[in-house]
Parts: sequence; structure tokens; C-alpha cells
Amino acid sequence: MASTEITYRDALRRALQDGMRADETVVVIGEEVGAYGGAYGVTKDLMAEFGVTRLIDTPISEPAIVGVAVGAAMTGLRPVAELMYVDFLGLVMDQLANQAAKIRYMFGGQIGVPMVLRTQGGTGRSAGAQHSQSLEGWIMHTPGLRLAMPATAEDAYHLLRHSLTLPDPVVFIEHKSLYTRKEMADLDTPAAPWGKAIVRRQGGDLALVTYSRMVHVALAAAEMLSQAGIEIEVIDLRTLNPLDMDTVIASVERTGRAMVVSEGPLTAGVAAELAARISEECFDYLQDPVIRVAGEDIPIPVSPELESASIPTQALIVATVQRMLRR
Amino acid sequence: MTLPNTNLPELYRTMRRIRTFEERVAELYARGLSAGSMLHLSIGEEGAAAGIAAAMRPQDSFTTHHRGHGIFLARGADPGRMMAEIGGKAAGYCRGKGGSMHIADMTLGHLGANAIVGGGIPHVVGAGLSYRNLGSDAISVGFFGDGAMQQGLLYESMNMAALWNLPVLFVCINNQYGMGTRIDRATRSVEFDRRAEAFGLSAAMVDGEDVEAVMETAQRLAAGARAGQPGFMAVSCFRFFGHGRMDKSPYRTEEEETIGRKRDPVARARDALLSRGVGDHASLDALDAEIAAEMDATIDFTAAAESPAALSMFRDVYGADQPEPEPLAVRLDRILAA
Repeated sequence: MASTEITYRDALRRALQDGMRADETVVVIGEEVGAYGGAYGVTKDLMAEFGVTRLIDTPISEPAIVGVAVGAAMTGLRPVAELMYVDFLGLVMDQLANQAAKIRYMFGGQIGVPMVLRTQGGTGRSAGAQHSQSLEGWIMHTPGLRLAMPATAEDAYHLLRHSLTLPDPVVFIEHKSLYTRKEMADLDTPAAPWGKAIVRRQGGDLALVTYSRMVHVALAAAEMLSQAGIEIEVIDLRTLNPLDMDTVIASVERTGRAMVVSEGPLTAGVAAELAARISEECFDYLQDPVIRVAGEDIPIPVSPELESASIPTQALIVATVQRMLRR
Repeated sequence: MTLPNTNLPELYRTMRRIRTFEERVAELYARGLSAGSMLHLSIGEEGAAAGIAAAMRPQDSFTTHHRGHGIFLARGADPGRMMAEIGGKAAGYCRGKGGSMHIADMTLGHLGANAIVGGGIPHVVGAGLSYRNLGSDAISVGFFGDGAMQQGLLYESMNMAALWNLPVLFVCINNQYGMGTRIDRATRSVEFDRRAEAFGLSAAMVDGEDVEAVMETAQRLAAGARAGQPGFMAVSCFRFFGHGRMDKSPYRTEEEETIGRKRDPVARARDALLSRGVGDHASLDALDAEIAAEMDATIDFTAAAESPAALSMFRDVYGADQPEPEPLAVRLDRILAA
């Protein structure tokens, strides 16, 4: 149960390293994963331990990176394919959504595709419209794909370790603004099992449901609200597939109000799906409509001021909760 | 004259089984017993399937395109289970979930037919990577049509296979047509071997009407692939019928079809057997009749087979943590009853 102080990035590297030591069929394949050490440094130094047959640098061919991982996963390896930015999903969606996600089903359960697609998304670095998106909605909309989006270093470690044992394709979306975040983490025992949400903060006035970096924004908002006498519950979903609605429903039934916070675009997004489910499942308990606080329906602009204004802010969450509770 | 060192009677038998099976697929559709009309016959392409399959070893794997019935049969598929899958029946290879375009069988190394043009090509590169890392001497063979020669993913895959010296063989079955577009309307260069050579692959072009030539070429390239020099071969042939069962080929003339159908690998092999004195009309007719009876039985089997159980729809989406099935009507009941 020993906790260590570790960054999100180092926790991910430890997960890969420990996973590769535990299972020699695990290989990492992608652009700049080997000699360069990963565009965001997650695979730094792994080449020295595992060599070129397990840290496989590729040409810039994203569709083939994912397609090769699919074929390798069907024939005895457990590939971790790295997509440098989630924005490149547009290039690889056929191999991911038409191939990896459907192979078990189309082939009548004969075989699965035990691979992990590691990638990162989100805003925070003024990386522009093609390097800053939150595209988890595309993945969540595709049956057959598991989807993990850790908010903490501890979850980054345990969710990735667990992903390396699953029989199905896992899309593992890290947040580019969390890599340097340092926190205490228990790398021996996960706080919650795979597929279960975790209540990060308890409160009786409203259930705030979120994931990835927005967990930290929501927790900061909750602290401010607490100073004003409002106690909100903050639920970190941790995985969007499986989606732990039981934890969400229990919290909404207890608090009578629900807000969903997502960095992804508002329309037809993750927040929309969660709001619809909460409305259907908890209608009799709700005192207010389920409120979505999500990204604007625009491409991500590069200007730091515009970029930060395009996604939910702590101030907006605080103001919106206060308004809901004043009604 | 020295005879080629191939087992032509066996190749003929394989090709005749493919031809007859495909004719029965057409019959299955005509009788309303197929699951839909997305059925792509490989009649005219039997030389490619039989010749290359004969150059493969039991441990080798492969993927195919949407016109892959013949390849799978040539690799040992049970035609009854194939036909049942094409009919969407529970007894099919994929329990009625895949059908003609997604048929697969891991025990025979069939990593899957694919309905996305070029979609299965990188999978054989991934298989090659597995074989290299795991120390296997298997190769993986990717079959696709001339349509995929214009897909970018093919070139990404060729590049990686060559870069990493993987045990992979790429096979383009060039039947001259991508759906209704003849190859000369899809590309200016049909020297496909030159494209592959440019990536560092061993490459060859071969006439698919000559099954022995196909087999010899495949044996040579497969041996190279097994030694870490990936290969590519383009097999030229003619697609005797339309793209799918609904396609009456309005984009080509009867004259073109008449000429094209003279490029018949089955008829050519039969003639060769007769002229070499390996078979006579009576023995070949008997073989054909035996195959016809075998393939007739696949239709009876499919007609009598059961459809998948309704709740099997929810099976095999995931290999673990599969949610309890809650059909939509049940879900709506639950929500509205609350």
C-alpha cells in the first residue's frame, strides 16, 4: 500500500515497463516510440531495456500502424500501438472501428483483438485545431472498443496495466495537459477496479459526472462551492466503456441534480449520452434538467485565450451550479 | 516435353470445387436462401486461389478480400459450413454473424475476409511481425483485388513488410474490374510488379489461367518470404460475372465477356490433363459429378440449418465484461414502468 509521488507520464511509463516485463508478447509500435522516447516522453528509455523488436519505430503511416497491430494481436502478440495525437483518428478509423472493433463479433467469437491504442488528446498547449481535440465520442459510439481516460497518475498506471490483460481492443486516451502533473499514487493496489467509476468527492447537493482532466477542474470548482456552503459530489468515470452507470445513478438519486462536464464538443458527444441516460434512468429524482457543460461546437482555436474559452472552466461550473441551486 | 512438377489433378479438383461451389452460391441466392445479395463470385479466378493455396503450408495464415470464397475453399474449408455462413445460419463458420464477406476460421489460418477494400492487408503484416517475434516459420498471405492497388494502405503495408523483412506475401488477383470500373479507368499503370519492387519486395506477374504457373510463382515467392524477403504477385484473370449478384454488368459488352470467359483456368487444366494423358473424359466427368453432389449437399444443409437464436445477437461483442443483454424493448419497458 506504499504510495509514491509520481507524474502521470512516469506512471504510464512504469505501466508499460511493468507490463512488458510481465508479458513478453507485449510490444510497443508507433511513430517515435523507440529511439525518440515518445513525442511526450512516455516511452523514454524503454528501448534500452526492450530493444528494437519490442519498441518498434514505424514510418508515418497511422492506418498501417493500427492495422499491423490488429494482425499482430490476432496472431499471438499484444501490441500497444501509439497514435501520437487523438486527432489522427481520422486516418485510422477504418482499422479501429471497422476492423479491431468488429473482428470478434463478425467472426462469431472465434478470436479477439487484444491490443491497446494509446493516444492523447485535449487542449492546453495551443496546439491548434488538428492537435487538441477530444474525440472520445467517436470511440464511445463504436461497440467493441473499450475506452479508458485516466485523470490521475494512479489510474494512468492501473488502467494501462489492466488494459494489457484484456481480450479486447482498448483505446487509452491520455490528456496532454496532465503528463507533468505530479501526485501521490499507490502503484500496488488500484483504488477502484477496471470499469468502475470512483467518487472523488462526496456531497449531497448535486452529482457532477466527468472524466480525464475535467476531474481536476471539477474538484477545484467543488472546493470553491464548498466555501459558499454548497457540497457537490464529483464522479470520475475513469472508463467510458465500460460505462459505470450504477455509480452515477446512485449519486443522482441521492442528490437530485446532475451536471455532466466534458471537454469534448457539446453536440452528440459524451456529455449528451450521459445526460440522456441520467434523464431516462433518474427522471423521478431530478429537480432540474440534467445540465451539460461541454466544449463549444467549434474547432479548437490556437490563441491561448480562445482555446481556454472554448472548453468548460472552473468559473463556469461554479456559476452554473450556484444558479441551479438557487432556483 | 517435361511436365511441370505440380500435382495438376489435385489443382484441377480444387478449381472445380471452387467453380461448382460458386455456382451453388448463385443458386442459393436465386432460391432466396442467402443472407442478402452481397455475394461476390470468384468464377474465373480459380487458378489464383488454387495455385497460391497449394504453395502455402498448414501453419501459414491469410486474409482475403470480399471475393474470397475460392481461396478459403482451397485452404481446406468445409463447403457446408461456408454455405451455411453465406446463408446466415448458426452452423456457419461465424455463427451467422459474418456472412460471405466476413468469413474466417482460425483453425485454418483464415484471419478473415474483409469488406473494406484493402482492409485486411495490414493484418498479414501484423501476423508477419508476430511470426518474426515469436520465432515461427509461418508466413502470412494477403489476398486482394486490383481495386486495392489504388488504396494507400497497401503501400503503407508493403513498405513496413519490406522495411522489417517480414514473412509476408501480397497477392493481387487482378480480375480487371473494381466493381464496374475496368482497371484502365482506375490507373494509368498496370505494371503492378514495378510498384512492389519500388518498395523492395520481390515481385512477379503471372497469368491466372495457368494454375501451374501461378503455383510455381507462389512457391518461389513464398520461399523468399519465409526467409525474410517479402513478396508480391499479381495474378491476371477475368471476372466472369458481375460484381455482386445484383450486377448485370451494364458497363461492359457481351463481346468483352465472351472473350474474357475464354480465359478459363478450369477448362485449361482439364484440357492439359487430357492432353497429357493424366485423365480421360470419363474419369474427369466422374470427378465433376462427385463434386457436384458434394456441393448440392451444401445447399440442402443450409436450407435445413437453423437461424441463430435471437439473443445470440448480443454475444461476442466483447471477450470479457460483456454486459447483460437488455434488448431495446425491454429497456424501454423498464424506463417507462418506473
